[in-house]
Amino acid sequence: MLLAKNEAELKKIANKLRIDVIEMTSAAGSGHPGGSLSSADLMAVLYFSVMEHRPDEPDWDGRDRFVLSKGHVAPILYASLAESGYFPVEELLTLRKLNSRLQGHPVRGKLPGVEMSTGSLGQGLSMASGMAMAAKIDDKKHHVYCLLGDGELQSGMNWEAAMFAAHYGLDNLVAFVDRNSLQISGCTEDVVSIEPLADKWRAFGWRVKTINGHNIKQILAACAWAKKAKDKPSVIILNTIKGSGVSFMENNADFHGKSCNPEETECAERELEEAMVKCR
Amino acid sequence: MTEMLAQRDYYGKALKELAQRKDIVVLDADLAGSTKTLEFYKACPEGFIEVGIAEQNMIGIASGLAAEGKTVFASTFGVFASGRCWEQTRLGVAYPKMNVKIVATHCGISVGEDGASHQALEDISLMRSLPNMTVISPADAYMTYAATLAIAEYDGPVYMRLGRSPVPVISKEGDEFVIGKARVLSEGSDVTLFGTGQLTYGCMEAAEELKKEGISAEVVDVSTIKPLDAETVLKSVGKTGCAVTAEEHSIIGGLGSAIAELLSEELPVPLRRVGTKDIFGESGKPGELFVKYGLTSKDIAEAARGSVKKKR
Repeated sequence: MLLAKNEAELKKIANKLRIDVIEMTSAAGSGHPGGSLSSADLMAVLYFSVMEHRPDEPDWDGRDRFVLSKGHVAPILYASLAESGYFPVEELLTLRKLNSRLQGHPVRGKLPGVEMSTGSLGQGLSMASGMAMAAKIDDKKHHVYCLLGDGELQSGMNWEAAMFAAHYGLDNLVAFVDRNSLQISGCTEDVVSIEPLADKWRAFGWRVKTINGHNIKQILAACAWAKKAKDKPSVIILNTIKGSGVSFMENNADFHGKSCNPEETECAERELEEAMVKCR
Repeated sequence: MTEMLAQRDYYGKALKELAQRKDIVVLDADLAGSTKTLEFYKACPEGFIEVGIAEQNMIGIASGLAAEGKTVFASTFGVFASGRCWEQTRLGVAYPKMNVKIVATHCGISVGEDGASHQALEDISLMRSLPNMTVISPADAYMTYAATLAIAEYDGPVYMRLGRSPVPVISKEGDEFVIGKARVLSEGSDVTLFGTGQLTYGCMEAAEELKKEGISAEVVDVSTIKPLDAETVLKSVGKTGCAVTAEEHSIIGGLGSAIAELLSEELPVPLRRVGTKDIFGESGKPGELFVKYGLTSKDIAEAARGSVKKKR
């Protein structure tokens, strides 16, 4: 698989993933590009630097596990898997189509590299905690990573899982919160406030770090910090911009669950390609 | 006097037996003493995980453990096991066909004094509607023991329904439980009585009563409600020409519905369903509640008379 050597390369990969997201959601005529774009930098860092995994051997037992709790951003997961070599990149354009392995939300067993069926929000952290617990029982050394949306933290099940993971000292569990501050109905703080978010996690017994979720260096450093955990789970809150990388999509809740029209698609791809050139 | 044993006690005994299997993990939501998973804990504390009063999380944890190759048993009361975490079970267990056994105790109206909040009368219906889910309701304690061992061998999602109170013993220690197989307990020619859970015993009593009136009733124990043993059901009804179902559950969505669905498509015959009539229960002694809510052997016999009459 492709392992990025430096920050510029990771940034470039992140933008490639963003282009994939725009193309696949536009081809599908639906999907969730906004939250996919806000998670792109993290996903590039995970799949091309931090995580131990073998795209040609998806079930390799020593792999790090990744659970996408915010399953609606399946496009960014599929792009990460395809670009790292789990399946042909061309297959991305089958997203959301009949008989495709790329379902609207991730399905375990359907596509190599997808660890869990998700999409109904609020459940991924429990599943990831179960996986981390299994690793503890079997004395396995891999990590379990879980990407949460910020809006989904309004769901109580997350906090049941947070309590559980801290109680059992699951230091092999790392949660990420994509804090893009927007959900379908608008700003999370207007819908139902989730702040003070870092304090909440701390109060639940987690190690907490808040970073700029579009800064590759900070993401790498935070992941290294998380891997040093002892007896406590870690959460990294990534302050991000929904729709990040495409000017007219940034901070625009309209693109939570809507794909670009043909003109918008062209414009978005041009912007992202220009940004990739700058990454050199 | 028929021997009475609690199903959950035999669930605990079977779990204890399974403690030697290293792939088994048992999850509890603060009810280990009641569900008898405590027996597993005593034998194998390292395979036992306390989740606290957080059933939704318990199912999510179960899903994650199963994804890593564990055979997971998750137990709590039926109302919570089927209702509180239904959607977690749908997404994390049924959809990805996880090897998770949700074993619910305190099902049915025989929970008694705790009242309607704790009497699961909709759980079979909820679980039966989930694709990939196997639904089992053993007739007695020995069958519960055998069924627990059988589902531990089976790779896939299972919901097993048990009661709280001791129930009549109708099988023998050591009897085998075969998933998906209904058992003809006594043969008859006029009507088939399909029972599940402890109402299978009610069907046996009803058959005795009917015999005195010259009605020959066949009794079939349908302990696997899904997948339904269509072959046995159709063979029996093909012979008797009419049927009764009996369950400690709502007549909506449970055994009665399952049999009605099959018969209406394959072999339409008169059918009467014994169960709670789209109504919540209340506090009381199990025996009193059975009388008030129409779940006694007399109710089954009466339903059989009605079914036979309709045939003629």
